[in-house]
Amino acid sequence: MRNTLIVARRELGGYFATPVAVVFIVIFLVLQGVLTFNLGSFFDRNQADLAPFFNFLPWVFLLLVPAITMRLWAEERRLGTIELLLTLPITQAQAVVGKFLAAWAFCAIALALTFPFVITVNYLGQPDNGVIATGYVGALLVAGAFLSVGAALSAATKNQVIAFVLAVAVCFIFAVSSYPLVTDFLSKTTPVLAEVARRVSVAERYQGFTRGVVSLRDVIFFASFIGFWLFLNTVIVEHRKAD
Amino acid sequence: MSVTSEPALIEIKGLTKRFGTFTAVDHVSFQVARGEVLGFLGPNGAGKSTTMRMLAGFVTPTAGTARICGHDVLTDSVAARRCLGFLPEGAPNYPEMTVTAFLTFTARVRGYVGAELDHRVGHALHLTSLEGVRLQPIETLSKGFKRRVGLAQALLHDPPVLVLDEPTDGLDPNQKHEVRSLIARMAPAKAIVISTHILEEVDAVCTRAIIIAAGRVVADDKPAALEKLHPSGKLDDVFRQITQPSTTPKRAA
Repeated sequence: MRNTLIVARRELGGYFATPVAVVFIVIFLVLQGVLTFNLGSFFDRNQADLAPFFNFLPWVFLLLVPAITMRLWAEERRLGTIELLLTLPITQAQAVVGKFLAAWAFCAIALALTFPFVITVNYLGQPDNGVIATGYVGALLVAGAFLSVGAALSAATKNQVIAFVLAVAVCFIFAVSSYPLVTDFLSKTTPVLAEVARRVSVAERYQGFTRGVVSLRDVIFFASFIGFWLFLNTVIVEHRKAD
Repeated sequence: MSVTSEPALIEIKGLTKRFGTFTAVDHVSFQVARGEVLGFLGPNGAGKSTTMRMLAGFVTPTAGTARICGHDVLTDSVAARRCLGFLPEGAPNYPEMTVTAFLTFTARVRGYVGAELDHRVGHALHLTSLEGVRLQPIETLSKGFKRRVGLAQALLHDPPVLVLDEPTDGLDPNQKHEVRSLIARMAPAKAIVISTHILEEVDAVCTRAIIIAAGRVVADDKPAALEKLHPSGKLDDVFRQITQPSTTPKRAA
């Protein structure tokens, strides 16, 4: 655990030592602001909630989270620092989890900086702050799910662009797999897969959280989803590290 | 410091690495005892770096075993790496970190905290003459300084075993001399393996030299004994004579 946190701390420091952190956070906040207030008609709806904010969040994450994860392992492999990191007295699992936690903590910081939205809606009306809180929990879990996918794919290549594109593509599949477009098509061709697609959909699981419902099933889904991809990440690092 | 009474700190037996059909390292076996400085020589692509990477637990061997201080690098890898200071080929490090931040990170991973941590980092900076640049980001340093940062990281925890892949590459003659004196000073208490292209370095610091070609050990003796293998008595000529007949295709190792 100690080693995991040391790795996470170094990694998180790395975001703030470069312009990555500032660029990411500014773009994230601007995008969320524009989407919520303009496209989401926050004021015209005349409702004291953050539904537009939370509805757009997974799509913004879909685009921005792979930008965080693309460098996680691809950069280490390109610079050769992976050889340094993995010959220190730490296990590969500690390195994998440490890097993931750093990226997750970074997303949490970005999410925390959206607090003016919460203040605004509380100033204008009387929202159900419980729903807003569960929405944030759901958002953090979606970020974690996308991060775990992106981190694993980043370990598979030395090229950050490939890591980014692959991560967006795979996250997109998990985001839209519950959409009628996908499930209708699947139920016509392979009905078994239609049910599977809906169950593994990150967007579908996230919906409950945005309505204020935290179900154990959804929490277990996110935990096993992240766990699976982190395991895959460790396997990929083991096989590809020296290539 | 007895060289004979304790088991060798580095033991390699039948170490083999194949990439597909290409055999990069072919049944390499040797031992290094405390007090020895082993020079690891060979043409580019001979398998030097691959052997060192297997010893450091970074590359998984196809066959054979490697032990550091009695710990198998595969089955007891974390314990083996605690006893090891490793400078990877090209001395990679994190460009955005300052020298102190980077060394503090490795010291933390090595389990140091508080005053002991500061002392270790300070000592490593002193040994490698990096005090003047300790607050500079590593990416702003010259090649020689970067190499010394890698060296500082390897020496920080005063490990019994040092594996240094081309430790003097990119250094100017003064810095080369400093690093060689440093290695010579540390030698009695450690088992050290250095790979190098610079044959004069072998004479300067090594107590023993192994020449490897096409993945196989082709010579293993004291530098003075190796020099006698060629009428000229020069290690350069011995090196050429031993390694050139090989026509095996080369590959980065």
